[in-house]
Amino acid sequence: MTNFLPERIYRDPRIARVAFVALGALLLVLPFVVEAGMGRTWVRILDFAMLYVMLALGLNIVVGYAGLLDLGYVAFYAVGAYFYAILASPQFGIHLPWWALLPTGAGIACLFGVLLGAPTLRLRGDYLAIVTLGFGEIIRIFLNNLNAPVNVTNGPQGINMVDPVTIAGSALTKPMDLFGIQISGAHAHYYLFLALTLLVIFIAFRLQGSRIGRAWAAIREDEVAAEAMGINTRNIKLLAFAMGATFGGLGGGLFAAFQGFVSPESFTLMESIMILCMVVLGGMGHIPGVILGALLLTMLPELLRYIGPLQQELVGRVVVDPSDLRMLLFGVALVLVMLFRPQGLWPSPVRARELHPENPDEVRQEQEALYDAER
Amino acid sequence: MTPSANPPSDPALLRVAGVTKRFGGLAALSDVSLTVQTGEIFGLIGPNGAGKTTLFNCITGLYHPTSGDIHLGGTPLTGRKPHAVAALGVARTFQNIRLFPNMSVIENVMVGCHVRSRAGVLGAILRGPRTRAEESSIRDRSMGLLDAVGLADRAGELARFLPYGDQRRLEIARALATEPKLLALDEPAAGMNPIETQALQGLLEAIRARGLTLLLIEHDVRLMMCLCDRVAVLDYGRKIADGVPAEVQRDPAVIEAYLGAGAAAAAERETEAQPS
Repeated sequence: MTNFLPERIYRDPRIARVAFVALGALLLVLPFVVEAGMGRTWVRILDFAMLYVMLALGLNIVVGYAGLLDLGYVAFYAVGAYFYAILASPQFGIHLPWWALLPTGAGIACLFGVLLGAPTLRLRGDYLAIVTLGFGEIIRIFLNNLNAPVNVTNGPQGINMVDPVTIAGSALTKPMDLFGIQISGAHAHYYLFLALTLLVIFIAFRLQGSRIGRAWAAIREDEVAAEAMGINTRNIKLLAFAMGATFGGLGGGLFAAFQGFVSPESFTLMESIMILCMVVLGGMGHIPGVILGALLLTMLPELLRYIGPLQQELVGRVVVDPSDLRMLLFGVALVLVMLFRPQGLWPSPVRARELHPENPDEVRQEQEALYDAER
Repeated sequence: MTPSANPPSDPALLRVAGVTKRFGGLAALSDVSLTVQTGEIFGLIGPNGAGKTTLFNCITGLYHPTSGDIHLGGTPLTGRKPHAVAALGVARTFQNIRLFPNMSVIENVMVGCHVRSRAGVLGAILRGPRTRAEESSIRDRSMGLLDAVGLADRAGELARFLPYGDQRRLEIARALATEPKLLALDEPAAGMNPIETQALQGLLEAIRARGLTLLLIEHDVRLMMCLCDRVAVLDYGRKIADGVPAEVQRDPAVIEAYLGAGAAAAAERETEAQPS
């Protein structure tokens, strides 16, 4: 069974309400629990995990809903990050407020989504993937080289001292004292990211169940039929690109503010692939699955860092460099998941049935339908 | 069957004028002209490869004719994209069923409502009263259409798990959801047994009774003869005959196209031309 809980538990509204409140309470105290148990680094990792949840949900709109393979998603993340960094740092001495920059950054990324989509969305499948991959690289190379003749991005050195998000006059990066509770920068960002992640999740859910969401699904299923049913496939696909890019741009702005530093190195192809893996591994098109995928893929590699000291402890020296091991284990895990669970770790019920029909009745029915069709 | 019970005063709904479609050196359609009157069931027959589906694709915007014009109620269709043609009121089904296999039966029909509804991204996110009302009317209308084709009790199933005949009917329901003036069906009875075919005939007559005009490609000659008001025969991309079914059936050119020149004379007295 693909659902972790039996269906009647899902359906019972009282249990759902209790679970909802419990989950909310857990999310509120989580950073303190994590800090007490594993140290402040892990609160930061948690922050990054949530940033990736936003990105993965954005890419999920493009890949999971509309079925368009985008290998250059990180470009929108970069656009959002650099937009924020350039307009809120000593680079040009401009210091615009974060609450204006985050939404406009998302808007600019959305515009880039349309710019990329308009000429390329007539391509399908692999061809689209290759063009988007190229786009991602172009953006990165631009950022790398836009330090001459006019120094816009400061080239490979990146932009430093980016303004943090400030609330009520105090920067979120500095420790705060709230009603006697010490709140570090990592904690404060946790709550900011949590709020925005919840917003993104909400929007993703609403879009999925809407007329637009159905149109995306129809395009993913059969583009020709969708077009013949009156769906303007070009515009609806552009919309998917634009929405995905918007989330990417928002994530980028947050990243710049949180990190205080952006450089082209953060926006490599590997990053795009990672976000794509989160979507595919978690369960394409299924919001809880994508969230799970994003959380796992940001946290597991961090866990593997402990392998170095562990070796030191056991063997007396570091036999395998943990950073090498990380990519190896990551690759092995990916291959295993794709072999044994191609629908993802937590797929939507529909997709689970598509790849693993459990009901023998359905298997028979589909075979009969195929037989009929050949008749 | 009495010819054309329809009021001839109505203007033609679909007018195909001198349409030619070339693929490289091959002329899949050459200079085909026909008119479909409002409210009639018009049949398109012809041997395999005669260009019937090509003509369908030209009408619905999937192909653009090399030359010639197609008008729907006075509005030109040529040069428009398929979604624009659908918005103008032409809906179609496909010869090899093209449903959205991993969407539920009702969702398939709801996608058909897309072109007649307008909620956008903001509406979807905010879900105001107008969006909610639109969504529930889409759902009700889709359910009504499923009811009309006899699939209401399977609304929640995935389309791919439907038996073949039901998939054909679902495709018709989905096409009806676009609120077409002209419904173009590409071999709706293909692969159906006689009982299913008979039910299909009832369904198509009921659709016509709603005021729709039907354009039909079909190989089942018996079905075409008792269902269609008029038929046109295509052969090698040319229209070789059109008119009332009983006349077309006796046309020597039609018999020749189906059975060869020698058979044409011998089959003079045959009342029913069998397709190959």
